[in-house]
Amino acid sequence: MASLSRSDVEHVAYLARLGLTDEELTRLQGQLNHILEQYAKLAELETDDIPPTAQTIELENILRDDVAAPSMPSEAVLGNAPERDGEFFVVPAILGGE
Amino acid sequence: MTDSGATAPPLDLTRLTAHDLADRLRAGQTSSREITAAHLARAHATDRGLHAWLTLDDERAMDEAAAADERLEAARREGDRALDALHPLLGIPVALKDLVSVAGGQCTAGSRILEGYTAPYDAHITERLREAGAVILGKTNMDEFAMGSSTEHSAFGATSNPWDLDRVPGGSSGGSAAAVAAYQVPLGIGTDTGGSIRQPAALCGVVGMKPTYGRVSRYGIVAFASSLDQIGPLARDTRDAAALLHTVAGRDARDSTSAPEPVPDELLQLPASDDEAASWLRGKRLGLPREYFVAGMEPGVEAEVRRAVAALEDAGARVEEVSLPHTDYGLATYYIVAPAEASANLARYDGVRFGYSARGDDDYLANYLATRGGGFGAEVKRRVMLGTYALSAGYYDAFYLKAQKVRTLIKRDFDQLWEAGFDALVAPTSPSVAFRFGARLADPVQMYLSDACTLPANMAGLPGISVPCGLSDGLPVGLQLIGAAWREGSLMRAARAYEGVTADADWRRVEPHDLSALEDPSTPTPAERIATSAPAR
Repeated sequence: MASLSRSDVEHVAYLARLGLTDEELTRLQGQLNHILEQYAKLAELETDDIPPTAQTIELENILRDDVAAPSMPSEAVLGNAPERDGEFFVVPAILGGE
Repeated sequence: MTDSGATAPPLDLTRLTAHDLADRLRAGQTSSREITAAHLARAHATDRGLHAWLTLDDERAMDEAAAADERLEAARREGDRALDALHPLLGIPVALKDLVSVAGGQCTAGSRILEGYTAPYDAHITERLREAGAVILGKTNMDEFAMGSSTEHSAFGATSNPWDLDRVPGGSSGGSAAAVAAYQVPLGIGTDTGGSIRQPAALCGVVGMKPTYGRVSRYGIVAFASSLDQIGPLARDTRDAAALLHTVAGRDARDSTSAPEPVPDELLQLPASDDEAASWLRGKRLGLPREYFVAGMEPGVEAEVRRAVAALEDAGARVEEVSLPHTDYGLATYYIVAPAEASANLARYDGVRFGYSARGDDDYLANYLATRGGGFGAEVKRRVMLGTYALSAGYYDAFYLKAQKVRTLIKRDFDQLWEAGFDALVAPTSPSVAFRFGARLADPVQMYLSDACTLPANMAGLPGISVPCGLSDGLPVGLQLIGAAWREGSLMRAARAYEGVTADADWRRVEPHDLSALEDPSTPTPAERIATSAPAR
């Protein structure tokens, strides 16, 4: 089964949006590879004709009535904002000039 | 007003079960305020050495207790029928794991990234508990985002086990389990994704049930792995656990995975008589899955579980050895599915709308990386990395899809036994008793093995319960019973029957060994213990 190189680990950390230190990356590389070795056991099983199970209860397409209801007061929601401006969450610009 | 304590000798209300307390409330022998004050006082006095709680909210709890007393008084004026109609949890203190939203209160999920966050609304189960008139005493410690089997992964420090303060209480619902075991509260709410209610229940010597997937609405609960997470009760006996489950169970439109299955009234009708409870076992078919008695299981644990099985047989149950052939693949399957779902659920912690936010850079990506890198602990990062990898381009089929297919095989193993007519399966809850702080921190796979006997029920969506079944080297051992989907009523009856069969067992008279140490204000905190004994991580 696959083994993760240092640059693989860096790439996965980027995909996961985790800023990790060099020390963390080194430790995770060893630990993740150790865990991936445990996954190899699954290859023993023939599963071509087995349907996947995403969840275990047979509920499908649960719909609710289309009725208007009050939403949460915006003050309750914005109260947790790290930085706000009136009714808005403040974030750095994501559309740069580059 | 009530004339509490006028006739009886001084009675420690914290030693009573919720159903005993409810009887006394109805008889006018005590008040919810007395009960609540006694539990708050005990929790404050004993939590330095235990660290089961992240918050105790005295003021709110006493207000809720006063409101419960008013409801009691009103019912008393109306007469016996009104008293009988009161909810069994009216006026009874409950602990909530700190991932259950209580409007206006903190909800950290054991993580720095949610430090300072205030829940803007009540979880569904919080609403249910309020309607019942239960008293929410506070919020308990847990492994960060419920990822762990020892509560050592809490960002706010570990919890001790009241049986031995140098050992873990299990996890992730270790705070609720330890608080119930140490008589700080009679009832606790936990969540169980791979064993996080049952394993700490086993390690702390209390009762804990993970209900069927879909039984309890998860609206207002911090999500870990959405196809596995389920909310459930912890208590000191099965009747209390069943009453708490009955209170919070049932369909809620705000969680579309909560099922419209009727909640069994049996949960409120478990026999009070031990003999009557035990008689349920006659002629019942119990399966003993051989794969659960694995190499690596502690001999003392196996001995106690086999003794429990023999007691069930003596009481008239037919016990047959059965096979769940895909059990060995459970761990790998779980440690793909759960981290994959976690990596998706935890994407919401972006430092923009709530929680910890590392700012100071004009670049949104740099802030994002710093917020998540600094806000999550080591185990959460490990699982997010695993899950992100398992879902990433080129690996999805090999890992996630493969795991979902094996999940089908694991579920079929169980289905075949229900079709063959088994009433329940009996197994160990945990392959070991409570382990020492630090013992499994260095190797994540060793920690993951703690869940080997519990996670198959999550993979298959089945209800499972752990009940105390003896002591090994003086530490509690749990017996696990697993049932068919939606059969919590008969599963609780089976667990209650085991309680009845062993009501006079010597080990039931043994109290957690370190209760008196907890009453000593100079007892070191778990963090101080770890600093002086276990090697730093």
